[in-house]
Amino acid sequence: MKILVCISHVPDTTSKISFVSDGSSLDKNGVQFVINPYDEFGLTKGLHLREKHGGTVSVLTLGDESAEPTLRKALAIGADEAHRLNGVPHDGAQTSEEIAAFIKRNEFDVIICGQESIDYNGGVVPGALAAKLDLPFVNACISLDIDGNNVKTIREIDGGKETAKAKLPIVIAGKKGLVEEHDLRIPNMRGIMTARSKPLSVHELIESKTLAQSVSFSKPPEKKEVKMISPDNLEELVRLLNEESKVI
Amino acid sequence: MVIIYAETWENEFKKTTFEAISYGSKCAQEMGVESIAVVFGNSVNPIGELGKYGVNKVIHVQEIDEFEPYSIALALSDITKELNGKLLVLNGTANGKSLIGILSSLINAAAISNVTSFPINHKPLTVMRSAFSSKGIEQVSSNSDCTILSLVPNALGIISNGDSNPSVVLKKIDSNHKTSILQSEKESGEIPLPEAERVVSAGRGLKGPENWNIITDLAKVLNAGTACSKPVSDIGWRPHSEHVGQTGIQINPELYIAIGISGAIQHLAGVSRSKTIVVINNDPEAPFFKAADYGIVGDAFDVVPRLTETLKSFKK
Ligand SMILES: Cc1cc2nc3c(=O)[nH]c(=O)nc-3n(C[C@H](O)[C@H](O)[C@H](O)COP(=O)(O)OP(=O)(O)OC[C@H]3O[C@@H](n4cnc5c(N)ncnc54)[C@H](O)[C@@H]3O)c2cc1C
Ligand SMILES: Nc1ncnc2c1ncn2[C@@H]1O[C@H](COP(=O)(O)O)[C@@H](O)[C@H]1O
Repeated sequence: MKILVCISHVPDTTSKISFVSDGSSLDKNGVQFVINPYDEFGLTKGLHLREKHGGTVSVLTLGDESAEPTLRKALAIGADEAHRLNGVPHDGAQTSEEIAAFIKRNEFDVIICGQESIDYNGGVVPGALAAKLDLPFVNACISLDIDGNNVKTIREIDGGKETAKAKLPIVIAGKKGLVEEHDLRIPNMRGIMTARSKPLSVHELIESKTLAQSVSFSKPPEKKEVKMISPDNLEELVRLLNEESKVI
Repeated sequence: MVIIYAETWENEFKKTTFEAISYGSKCAQEMGVESIAVVFGNSVNPIGELGKYGVNKVIHVQEIDEFEPYSIALALSDITKELNGKLLVLNGTANGKSLIGILSSLINAAAISNVTSFPINHKPLTVMRSAFSSKGIEQVSSNSDCTILSLVPNALGIISNGDSNPSVVLKKIDSNHKTSILQSEKESGEIPLPEAERVVSAGRGLKGPENWNIITDLAKVLNAGTACSKPVSDIGWRPHSEHVGQTGIQINPELYIAIGISGAIQHLAGVSRSKTIVVINNDPEAPFFKAADYGIVGDAFDVVPRLTETLKSFKK
């Protein structure tokens, strides 16, 4: 089974987010970059599938050289090989077009993405990729079982879940549940050593079009000072919710 | 033309659908074109109701009766292309999130998700969206002839002063599916989280799943959805579908009440857009108080049942 895990390279969840002074981009100063948390679930799922069905796990990112440590980390966690599409991701259309072109040159049975990148929160790439490859797509995927060519998946819907079947090859966008939190793997010493000798290849872009253009970034307005209310005066809280905030 | 996906759940329109219709119809007016809602499924009642939100016309595709992303996307894309749609409006619900990427490729259109504003410009179409898990606001404009927007639920409101009597046109489109749905099940409270106007949420401070009745009782008087912090769903006290935060569901209700939740940055990332935040925590140093509008330092097991009673007598 040939498994591809698409990884985006994002600021660590604890990062303080700020923008360069003209608001044109993220201020990367002091920001630590990591594997997108949703893709960590995907990577572990890929390794589980390999353990069960044999085959290889490849990881791929569209990014510049600064994304290589993230790919090395994925290799240290257990992926077999890594691919970097050499460029800067701009929007879902361009990113999915580049990844689709790579996949058309290298067949895969299972293509695992994350539900969204926690930086720009696009949530566009996986579905766009599936449509470009004309493959079935399961978003918010929390379970994936493969038997021969048959796939059984569960996706999260608002307030519930839905089971569906499909045939390989398939594109999924995963989240927690695809594997559990305690299944997530961290690189051990041996993994880190072997990662250095695993293949990481770099591919040039096909120069596809960007359809959505970022203009500028700003910070949301600050909250005003909190009003503390005595636990013995809950009537006051109810009054404020009713009269001041008008939410009840 | 502005095309709007009128999502339904168990044969009824979702609240977020009225938001999308209001949004799309307002945009259509600004652009000087018609707005058209697309409804799927057999027994959706009553479709004319959508006129209240200003829509000019409804296309009803009866044959496609379940939500299979590819067949819905293909139908929406066919309709959009046929009518030369310039704007396609979706809800930022679970189903909307399944569609937006597929549609972007099928229509070759810019896809802008998490939209939090009406267009600030139509040529090129420019909107504000939430990014960096609510830690940033991004202004984006579209470079393509048609643009797909998906709206943050609860962010843009419902405009219900329309009185159009939309014509309803049946359209036959065969289902062209790539996955087959075997079964759907509802898991948590009656109110789906992304569209809940009020949410009562609890964390590890509750000590165990057996104590959740104080949370569900409070939610009930408020007609609120229930949510939880990540560790609570990781340990299995509550279902995954209630997990809010950066790696869970992102919500922006009118009212968010956080009980026994410390307020870690990853938790705040999913809830900080809530209009009013109430924090109940027995530790006066809990970071969540900094992000709150109203704070109560106290023991959840004492405060929450009394708050429920106070609300009950307020309602009477
Ligand atoms: C990559 C990553 C992603 C993450 N994503 C998320 C996410 O999406 N959502 C999320 O929630 N977390 C997320 N986290 C976890 C986050 O960092 C925190 O660990 C988590 O939010 C803490 O949950 P908690 O507040 O329930 O528990 P705790 O931090 O243990 O806090 C419990 C709180 O309850 C209070 N308390 C105790 N007893 C009582 C009582 N009797 N009455 C009142 N108050 C009481 C305590 O004072 C404390 O403040 C993520 C972490 C990482 C590393
Ligand atoms: N630059 C990228 N390189 C590789 N995969 C990506 C990239 N951007 C997004 N993806 C994949 O698409 C998923 C959703 O990302 P997004 O659509 O950007 O929110 C991520 O979890 C990744 O699996």
